[in-house]
Amino acid sequence: MGGLSMEPVSGWGRHPITLGTVARPERLRLPPDGRPVLPRGLGRSYGDAAVPSAPGARVLETVRADRVLAFDARSGALTCEAGLALDEILRVFLPRRWFPPVTPGTRFVTIGGCVACDVHGKNHHRDGSFGSFVERLVVEVADGREVECGPHRERELFLATVGGMGLTGLITEVTLRLQPVESGWMVVETAPVAGLAAMLDGLRDAAKDWQYTVGWIDCLARGAALGRGILMRGRHAGRGEAPAGPPPDPRRLAVPMNAPEWLLSPLLMRAFNTAYYRSHARHPGGSARIVPYHGFFYPLDAIGNWNRLYGRRGFLQYQCVVPRAAGAAVAELLERLAAAGTASFLAVIKDCGPESDAYLSFPLEGTTLALDLPYRGPATERLVHELNAVVIAAGGRVYLAKDAVTRAEDFARMVPRLGKWRRVRDAWDPERRFRSAQSVRVLGDRA
Amino acid sequence: MKVAVVGGTRGMGRALARLLAARGDAVVLLGRDAGELATSARDLTARGARGPVATGHLDLGDTAGFAAALDAADEAVGGVDALVVTAGDFAAQEELERDYARLRHLLDVNFTATAVLCQQMAERLAGRGGGTICAFSSVAGDRPRRSNFLYGASKAGLSAFLDGLGLGYGARGVRVVCVRPGFVKTGMTAGLPVPPFAGEPDAVARIVLRALDRGTPVVYAPPIWRLVMLAIRLLPRAIMRRVRF
Repeated sequence: MGGLSMEPVSGWGRHPITLGTVARPERLRLPPDGRPVLPRGLGRSYGDAAVPSAPGARVLETVRADRVLAFDARSGALTCEAGLALDEILRVFLPRRWFPPVTPGTRFVTIGGCVACDVHGKNHHRDGSFGSFVERLVVEVADGREVECGPHRERELFLATVGGMGLTGLITEVTLRLQPVESGWMVVETAPVAGLAAMLDGLRDAAKDWQYTVGWIDCLARGAALGRGILMRGRHAGRGEAPAGPPPDPRRLAVPMNAPEWLLSPLLMRAFNTAYYRSHARHPGGSARIVPYHGFFYPLDAIGNWNRLYGRRGFLQYQCVVPRAAGAAVAELLERLAAAGTASFLAVIKDCGPESDAYLSFPLEGTTLALDLPYRGPATERLVHELNAVVIAAGGRVYLAKDAVTRAEDFARMVPRLGKWRRVRDAWDPERRFRSAQSVRVLGDRA
Repeated sequence: MKVAVVGGTRGMGRALARLLAARGDAVVLLGRDAGELATSARDLTARGARGPVATGHLDLGDTAGFAAALDAADEAVGGVDALVVTAGDFAAQEELERDYARLRHLLDVNFTATAVLCQQMAERLAGRGGGTICAFSSVAGDRPRRSNFLYGASKAGLSAFLDGLGLGYGARGVRVVCVRPGFVKTGMTAGLPVPPFAGEPDAVARIVLRALDRGTPVVYAPPIWRLVMLAIRLLPRAIMRRVRF
């Protein structure tokens, strides 16, 4: 029982792919032999963060460790094993009117993964990232000890583990605070925005009154239309506003196979983006709609295996953040993307609030941009390096949960707190028992 | 219902216990590992179990302890009216062919112990007017195949026993459900190549729950395995000798 299987392992972008020796235990324990291991959740990080460091290296998937250990219905404090998925939390706790405090754009992520990536969501400007709501972690560190940490206990280990990409130890238990909501419905307003300046202004204005804000950008539009898109604002519907019953269960279609690459030709992509823009532009600005929570937070979850739309070679997702003062950098990034003509479905733009104390946490006060790049070999990687140069010059950084390409020297320039993080890792895992393809590439670990 | 579940901390048993607890059935988790039982009981409670949740010690390797375990379960919820046994042993054919102690243990757990436990429970239930017994056999018991006939034999024996138990106790109000899962992705099957029609524990649990409610004598999960096994049962022996599975 509890056997191992050798299987191809990749992130959601399906590039790169490496064979791993995968275990999916129901009880999270490190193997006693001390050999290297990579913790992995549902594999929704895009790049190589959850890809084994070398072919055949061991991967410990946490998804079967999904028990809820305690729930305090007064405070919303939830303690669970690290493999519990956000999807399951929504299924069990939303009927009791509790909602995740922060959610990324998919509900098919584990809580351990949310901590390891310190994920953020459409409420970052107001509420911060996932780690801000974590009260306690249990981490099995390299020597097999189970260590409790939190904002006030083993704080250094906590700050290195939140956003630490699973490289400080195996997260086995998490206590987080859910937020109370009055319904499973959302009040949503969408408005067309003609260009980048208007989008940035729109996000800033919306941030004052709305818990959730995000913009979708047609990143193939150029010239005067650069940055045109749709601004979306949302909040949880109150009891009086929401329809009487709970929202319908999400419907799921699935992409049955890899799409052919012509589907991603710039021409078709441009047509799709334009159609998407026009379809939303028809809604007059300011008109509010009531939609199920999943329609607002997880539109792509309705399409199972949507990553297959990018074809056999997979794709990279690029996400960066630049400080607010460096506003011009956003325009430069968009111009370079449009000039490269690299097809992408819509890009996401969002303003972030202050950065967290966690050393490798991604968001910082400023503007974040996220988009898909179909993987076409060295040309795509060159584009990422060019974009990275703009980000570094602006004092920004990239998101490790999305990254498959960034060079070690570039990452070091982006993350001033990297040295602090390394010192904590040295203390708890001097032999680098926890490593990934990403830690080999970005942090110089042995493969 | 008031259901005692043996094997409810893992895999399909864990998924089934969650469904039972969520709809308000009383659940008693029976097993060997007190820590795991307590953790799973916390899981059911924190997820909002609407009925009582209890745990109790039961070791399938110790048939002499069954009576005490069933007494404790009865006491915990005021009389159990259904027993579900999802626990079982599994090992690869190659291992069982060489390691006779291992083989003996697997046969003991999957057939002897499970049959003794179910028989004992059937008597209890019959004595109080009826109830339901549900045990997890396997499609591997439907027809011996060279790649897993040792495990399959243990399950074939169990299937035959359950079939008979249903016949023997039906008139006394005891319904018997024999679950025959095909390949299901759980900790038990980890490391094995995943065949077509592989199922997920949650989906299997939903099928088993319906069978429990209806008292379906034999249920395949995922349901497609009923057809697959029908085809395999109909294969002439001459062909079974030649195929590699």
